[in-house]
Amino acid sequence: MELKTKIHAEDGRPDLLITREFDLPVQLLFKAYEDAELFEQWMNTKVVKLESRKHGSWAFETSNAEGQVVFKANGTIHDFVPDKKIVRTFEIENAPFDVQLEFLDFERLTDDTSKLTIHSIYRSAALRDQMLKLPFNQGLNMAHNRLQDIVNKLK
Amino acid sequence: MNLRRDVFQAIADPTRRAILLLVASQSLTAGAIAANFDTARPTVSKHLAILTECELLKQEQQGREVHYHLNANKMKDIADFIEPFRQMWDERFNKLEAVMKNYQNKQHGA
Repeated sequence: MELKTKIHAEDGRPDLLITREFDLPVQLLFKAYEDAELFEQWMNTKVVKLESRKHGSWAFETSNAEGQVVFKANGTIHDFVPDKKIVRTFEIENAPFDVQLEFLDFERLTDDTSKLTIHSIYRSAALRDQMLKLPFNQGLNMAHNRLQDIVNKLK
Repeated sequence: MNLRRDVFQAIADPTRRAILLLVASQSLTAGAIAANFDTARPTVSKHLAILTECELLKQEQQGREVHYHLNANKMKDIADFIEPFRQMWDERFNKLEAVMKNYQNKQHGA
């Protein structure tokens, strides 16, 4: 089966490319990034701030079942072209990874399908590799936390 | 394998990545590898030991000399650590698709 999400990361380079085709019109795909309420739903995080415009800034934080904030990230938006492009910085707070620069390109394929390309640039190749290992654990932990939350509700 | 000496620790160091690039095209002796770096020979030897220990490099006796060459099988591990990251994004994007389809249906229903 063809994998929907592709990651292109070359050894020793400080950047990587994430591509994904969606069964959604490009306007809806863009809206998922533009609208704080929708963003919260699919990213499983609380949006503290999301100024979807050129020179705006954003911040989000994720809490565990006990309500403790376990993850905070923020950045600024350098370019914002509706249904086409977002250029932003991304920084995890209290982590030694420095800022990364992200280019998000939204592309219309057909009326009902679209493509997202994220080009992430890290300060160094070593930082990129460290980060690649980190979000995976975080994603897993988040998934586990979520599962735990659901289980707790059933009790 | 010692956890401290895993593939990822090995490639986190810029000198070790440079060594891997050097031996990617040809097998080289420790001396020939060290000649490419300003660092002291014992430091390069230490890097070679770590790379050998985690099996990114293989040693091969050629007459009186020991040559180092890349263990291509092990290099695949680097591609492997991207896989969980890819899966995480795939799950997120599946969710995005589901959330937005739901949103779209609600708009139509309204």
